[in-house]
Amino acid sequence: MSIDIKDIIKPENLVYQKSSLLTDRVMHYCPGCTHGVVNRVIAEVIEELGIQEDTIGVAPVGCSVLMYNYIEVDWHEAAHGRAPAVGTGIKRLMPNKYVFTYQGDGDLAAIGTAETIHACNRGENMVMVFINNGIYGMTGGQMAPTTLQGMKASTCPFGRDIERDGNPLRMTEIVATLPGTCYVTRHAAHTAAAVRKLKKALLKAFDNQKNNKGTSFIEVVSTCNSGWKMTPVQSNKWMEAHMFPFYPLGDIKDV
Amino acid sequence: MVVLQAESEIASINMVYGGAGCGKKVMTSSSSPGVSLMQEGITYLAGAELPCVVVNVVRGGPGLGTIQPAQSDYFQAVKGGGHGDYKLIVLAPSSVQEMADFVELAFDLAFKYRNPAMILSDGMIGQMMEKVEMKPFTPRWTDEEITKMHPWATTGKPASRERNIITSVELDANAFERFNHKLQAKYKQIEENEVRSEMFECEDADYLLVAYGSSARICQKAVQILRAKGIKVGLLRPITLFPFPTKEIQALLGHVKGILSVELSAGQMVEDVRLAVEGKVKVEHFGRLGGVVHSPEEVVEAMESKIIGG
Repeated sequence: MSIDIKDIIKPENLVYQKSSLLTDRVMHYCPGCTHGVVNRVIAEVIEELGIQEDTIGVAPVGCSVLMYNYIEVDWHEAAHGRAPAVGTGIKRLMPNKYVFTYQGDGDLAAIGTAETIHACNRGENMVMVFINNGIYGMTGGQMAPTTLQGMKASTCPFGRDIERDGNPLRMTEIVATLPGTCYVTRHAAHTAAAVRKLKKALLKAFDNQKNNKGTSFIEVVSTCNSGWKMTPVQSNKWMEAHMFPFYPLGDIKDV
Repeated sequence: MVVLQAESEIASINMVYGGAGCGKKVMTSSSSPGVSLMQEGITYLAGAELPCVVVNVVRGGPGLGTIQPAQSDYFQAVKGGGHGDYKLIVLAPSSVQEMADFVELAFDLAFKYRNPAMILSDGMIGQMMEKVEMKPFTPRWTDEEITKMHPWATTGKPASRERNIITSVELDANAFERFNHKLQAKYKQIEENEVRSEMFECEDADYLLVAYGSSARICQKAVQILRAKGIKVGLLRPITLFPFPTKEIQALLGHVKGILSVELSAGQMVEDVRLAVEGKVKVEHFGRLGGVVHSPEEVVEAMESKIIGG
């Protein structure tokens, strides 16, 4: 008996559907990169909450600089590190809108450390998403502030040396100490279960914004298989074995 | 009105960048070193074609410098202090009345051309006390008016329009060259339409002083002293530094035999005066540096030694 595809594509068989907020642009991210998954989950969350008309995204500089091509909301492209300041300007002038920022580790934890800390300290009522893959993916795999001890990068080819390069920075633990943050949590997106948890966290973060609770900060421990020079599967395993012990998943603060 | 003290000038200009995207009137102000920190944000605002107002109350530099008045940020303001081919609309007030009036004018021009505007003041005008007549307040734009007047603003995407994206990045070189040409065409339009300057005793002048801001006030007195001596001197005061009153200077070259550009700097605006004059008459610079303000007598002496007797 031959199976006709038309017998399978039926509404009752639908298990998953692309978010209507995701555009048809082909994503530029490397295959295996975490950005694509997180972009998709953010689109799903905005769609589920029905806040498309009221949401403004602040795009970063780095691998996800072109993120505004993928999600159907208004976007403001920030300078490197300045997304929390740009988001502050938008949110303060349009307090009834939803604002989220999206940054990588170089953007949020190196060049923009001051903007990150002060936006969180003021408790800017917005959602901040922090993609931490421990490397500068776009510019050629240089060491990031979050690169682990001993982890190799193009500017530390023999591994990060604490004596020379300093310690990896746990920004999420730092912002959790600030009174302005209401929800600080660390997630990943390497398994279906992890993606579901991340989505729940994002839903909660946008809900916090609706209730004027302060800054919600979500770190996503991520992979950069191109920069790490591993396959996507190896990257996920390496992340579990090495990143998770130093960047443990879970809620750090939830008020 | 929303007033927010930022943690740094880098943050404040980027808050302005975000706020400007909402289609509202946003501004920030600082003095020279702080404005240097803002240059990155200013070039993003210019690149994204967003209106805003930045006030620079100039102090002596370089480095941390001094808190005394100077006019040594002319190049930074007029020639583009950040990276890339961009221009600011630059207004130079020379009284406290103009400090007040130019805020409205700067916003009008910034929105008209979707371009950042700068009020380039100095430590003398900035700390001066004078009587000011305030214009009646105009009502704030409503959200509906903003959406109508500024359809580019990121106010949230309704079903009725495409999404708005405020950005200055374009990775296609040919497309970005076209965008750069579009910017240049806009600057040319600003040069054609928005030059503002003031003439003081220029009709019969044999010699001309060119000065803006606090230097223009000092030069007015110098004109009076020189006229009392029987020397026919006039003053041209650029009010807009970009666009520069090139044609206004050129129009005086029929009778003007020499020009002294006076600025609290080592000689920055003088380059634009020379470009306007195209070598037809002698052009020299005079100015005290590092926070020292020249006296009218020093300007008179410089005019006599560098131009009239020089």
